[in-house]
Amino acid sequence: MPIDQPALDVIALSRSEYELIVEKLGREPNEVELGMFGALWSEHCGYKNSRPLLRLLPAEGPYVLTRRGEENAGAVDIGGGICVVMKIESHNHPSAIEPYQGAATGVGGIVRDIFAMGARPIALLDSLRFGPLAPGTHIPVAHGPSHEPARGGGPEPRPEVYAHNRYLFEGVVAGIGGYGNCLGIPTVGGEVVFEHAYSANPLVNAMCVGVAPADKLISAKAEGPGNTLMLAGADTGRDGIHGASGLASRTDPHARFEELRPAVQVGNPFLEKMLLEACLDLAHNHRDWITGIQDFGAAGLTSAAVESAARAGTGIVIDVAQIPRREEGMTPYEVMLSESQERMLIIVRKGHEPDVAALFERWEVPCAVIGHVTDDGTVRILDGDREVAALPVDILSEAPQYTREGEPAPELYDLQSLDLASLPDSASPGVGALLAAPGAGVGASLAAPGAGGQGAANEILLRLLASPNICSKRWVHRQYDQSVLSNTVEQAGSDAAVLRIKGTPYGIALTTDGNGRYCHVDPYRGGAIAVAEAARNVVCAGARPVAVTDCLNFGNPERPDVYFQMEAVIHGIADACNALGTPVISGNVSLYNETGGRAVYPTPVIGMLGLLDDVTQRCGMAFANDGDEVFLLGSLLEQPVASLAASEYLKEVHGLIGGRLEIDLALEARVQRAALAAIHQGIATACHDCSDGGLAVALAEMCLAGGRGLDAATAVLGARVDAALFGEAQSRIIVAVPPDRRQALAGIAQGMDLPFAYAGRVTPEPRLRLGPIDVSLDDMRDAYEGGLERALTS
Amino acid sequence: MSTFLARVDITLKPTVNDPQGLTIRGALHSLGFKEVQSVRAGKYMEIRVEAATPEEAEARVTEMCRKLLANPVIEDYRFEIEEAK
Amino acid sequence: MAPLRFAVVVFPGTWSDHDCQYSLAAVAGQDARLVWHRETDLSAYDCVVLPGGFSYGDYLRTGAIARFSPVMEAVVRHAEAGKPVIGICNGFQVLCEAHLLPGALLRNESLQYRCQWVHLRVENTATPFTNLCEPGQVLRIPISHGEGRYFADAQTLDALEAQGRVAFRYCAPDGTVTPAANPNGSERNIAGIVNEIGNVLGMMPHPERACEPLMGGEDGLLLWRSAVEWAQVRA
Repeated sequence: MPIDQPALDVIALSRSEYELIVEKLGREPNEVELGMFGALWSEHCGYKNSRPLLRLLPAEGPYVLTRRGEENAGAVDIGGGICVVMKIESHNHPSAIEPYQGAATGVGGIVRDIFAMGARPIALLDSLRFGPLAPGTHIPVAHGPSHEPARGGGPEPRPEVYAHNRYLFEGVVAGIGGYGNCLGIPTVGGEVVFEHAYSANPLVNAMCVGVAPADKLISAKAEGPGNTLMLAGADTGRDGIHGASGLASRTDPHARFEELRPAVQVGNPFLEKMLLEACLDLAHNHRDWITGIQDFGAAGLTSAAVESAARAGTGIVIDVAQIPRREEGMTPYEVMLSESQERMLIIVRKGHEPDVAALFERWEVPCAVIGHVTDDGTVRILDGDREVAALPVDILSEAPQYTREGEPAPELYDLQSLDLASLPDSASPGVGALLAAPGAGVGASLAAPGAGGQGAANEILLRLLASPNICSKRWVHRQYDQSVLSNTVEQAGSDAAVLRIKGTPYGIALTTDGNGRYCHVDPYRGGAIAVAEAARNVVCAGARPVAVTDCLNFGNPERPDVYFQMEAVIHGIADACNALGTPVISGNVSLYNETGGRAVYPTPVIGMLGLLDDVTQRCGMAFANDGDEVFLLGSLLEQPVASLAASEYLKEVHGLIGGRLEIDLALEARVQRAALAAIHQGIATACHDCSDGGLAVALAEMCLAGGRGLDAATAVLGARVDAALFGEAQSRIIVAVPPDRRQALAGIAQGMDLPFAYAGRVTPEPRLRLGPIDVSLDDMRDAYEGGLERALTS
Repeated sequence: MSTFLARVDITLKPTVNDPQGLTIRGALHSLGFKEVQSVRAGKYMEIRVEAATPEEAEARVTEMCRKLLANPVIEDYRFEIEEAK
Repeated sequence: MAPLRFAVVVFPGTWSDHDCQYSLAAVAGQDARLVWHRETDLSAYDCVVLPGGFSYGDYLRTGAIARFSPVMEAVVRHAEAGKPVIGICNGFQVLCEAHLLPGALLRNESLQYRCQWVHLRVENTATPFTNLCEPGQVLRIPISHGEGRYFADAQTLDALEAQGRVAFRYCAPDGTVTPAANPNGSERNIAGIVNEIGNVLGMMPHPERACEPLMGGEDGLLLWRSAVEWAQVRA
């Protein structure tokens, strides 16, 4: 069968890949077979461009129970016979096309990965990136490594761009809530970030965490020739055909919007809830009836069947005529490639088929026998009596791998060589205010009306607190059920969510972190910082960081500058994970996040799991007692101007992006150990990571959370007041201690050879006084709490 | 100018999964309505518009459907227009 | 006295079942069993709990399909026998659809799902679930719903008020009933009501999530303790 280019385009395989298939098979594949190759050799399923790089990431650790990539998700033993299962996954492309359903089915997919392992999902986190909701934030510089100058930047976008960003944002949030709330799984955390680089390409990364008795974990292997394959869950329709190859594996899905419409799936969270309960009943109470469970993800039955057979080294036979259909007249090709949601493949021990069928019947979930496991290493697809495909499992499951030559974009040098020292210190009373007026355009620094001297630092702080990236995300979180299942001890809005593990004294802390702007100016350090900050966040909750799940979002890897970013980010993550002892136990890569040659910022999202041996020993960020003394661990208060690199302050106030990032991973590890010691020894009464917006924003958040003030008017801020207040130097943790424990804290810091500094004292008077800053809690609360709603309604 | 009443039906496109319809079908079956073959759920709206002619009203309602009322990614729409009293 | 026997009814899509069971058994020390909706006999139980969730996905209308579950006939018999029934969140919606309570629960005024802590003023302390509360006591308990706006016609509302059947109202922390304290646009800030004889309570907030200090509060425990007290007084 001669193959033409349009046919290859449909499944997104290259001519050379087609030739490789013919060579390996020793014949031409038929249509069904070619479709299966297209799915499994897609970037989304086959990791063609990323697998060699992913091997750099440490995967082993003392608690790790799974081998990365071998199961639906990663598992760690937390002691007491309990394991935690977790994974993060992207649903960027579907969400760009239909935000509600795209985000909803993203949640559905990641939840299935967790309960397919036999674990009960207990928490969801969502890491979201959109374009800005309203003008007023400046358009600082290049969006991704395209060809724009490091300074100056592009024109103000048309109003429709903001309207579309709001549509995407509101739709995604509603979709996450719509699905997760219906399932009864709390959404306990995550992030929302707004940057122009994500305007056409939103990022929707969903993380799910589950718990299981360690001896009840289920594998995703099609083991035991003669065993039966059963499909449980939804009927199969035409939805989502070519989702993996079409949406997630090439550039510009939006240009092909009309064509890709059938790829949008509509989720059924109710059916998923029943499927969840049924699978857990099976896993926990009838383990001996089954050998494995495999989720139907991207590429549907094709990937579920082939991957489970590949892991077990077996073969399989599937009769598509046995698969319940939602629509008339579906071809075997369509059945094999459908991405209908809420379906599970159950590998049933021979003889237990009636038991399994009765169990699903009790949970009111349809199920059907669709095939069996063989020992010949071949996947055979039948349509009744007719064989429509027969392919060796190993050829199908081993997509070609590409190692490319990365090369930094020339703009990267411009970004990094931004001369920060020449910028005026807008926060210094001596210099006076140089605030860019909202909407004034890029790089414009205008004197704020009436500002100057003392008032400038106040105004900068309020402006940062109100900026959509820093302000309270309560508008988002209150649309999610955060407390169902009665485990949530610390909800979204803290450094990390904390959940108890019922029946044990343990707790887990969860967070997601990843700063695309950092990675844009310095992909290696940006990758390392993502890990460091995620670990620091769980440390501030009182938890020991133990494992990572990562979602890596990039543009088109065939471009050398994007490949360079990938390589550097992954190296950074690997080095930080090694330094902090947190293996990467699961993850996902999303490529081709670009439109019209403009890629998203390189955006690694790090999902971090931390453990608390005693959940009552957790720590929060709220100032708890008047009179407590507040210290900065890891650094002095004063900071070099270099710490303004890629900061919110630089973007919001000066309208710039650039500079060089710094991170010392050995220092980071010591700071984290010191903070944990302070918490576990009962010295710390509040603890908070210093990150976006710097010291001033972090202290403001601690004041707001506790409803108390801080007197740090005499704090020593050094020559660059803006850098001390708003710089984003890494490896800094704020700790509050009662006055009689300051020596104990000093002892911990000195014992670990850590710099530390006294900042001030918690006061009942509701004001933050910090160097030139003197603002009331009410003003800060108004800015912080209302920031997102103002952006949405402006 | 006259007032027209548009009766708008928004339905899921035929190939789009309709969990609500499937669940309602199941409930009808369990209540003994075994003859039910399928259920597709949708939305119904009544919109009163001012326009000079029925043609103009129809054109405006079509635009409303395209822009807001139906999500063209997953939904179809149809409507009837009559002059309101 | 032996622990009270609670039936926690599980419809397809229910998700507060485990929270109710945990708070009743592990925290309040009672005997709480999960009962699948196909069960037709609840005569072995002292008290019936219809928990929160999305029964049948909230498709068609909230609670509209669950009310036809086999177990509901037994719930009606239990209620008619004067034994306590509490419907929480989706359970409240089911009780309204089943006409065990008047009115209906509509989409929140904000058109958004709301999960947050609210304050409730106890308006009736003569029910099986509130008898340990002080009149006018303010409880802090979370809500989590998208369709919790209580609606009934004015005549029904007046009758509810006149008969003292409003059990809880959304209020400010100091107990004053204000529009700002109303999280969903409910008529007259109503958060919970009882039937005519007072043994069937429906409420949108989730007391089972407020039973331990670690979970942020334990005001909800008062409802479970009241049910135990109520049974003891009658034993």
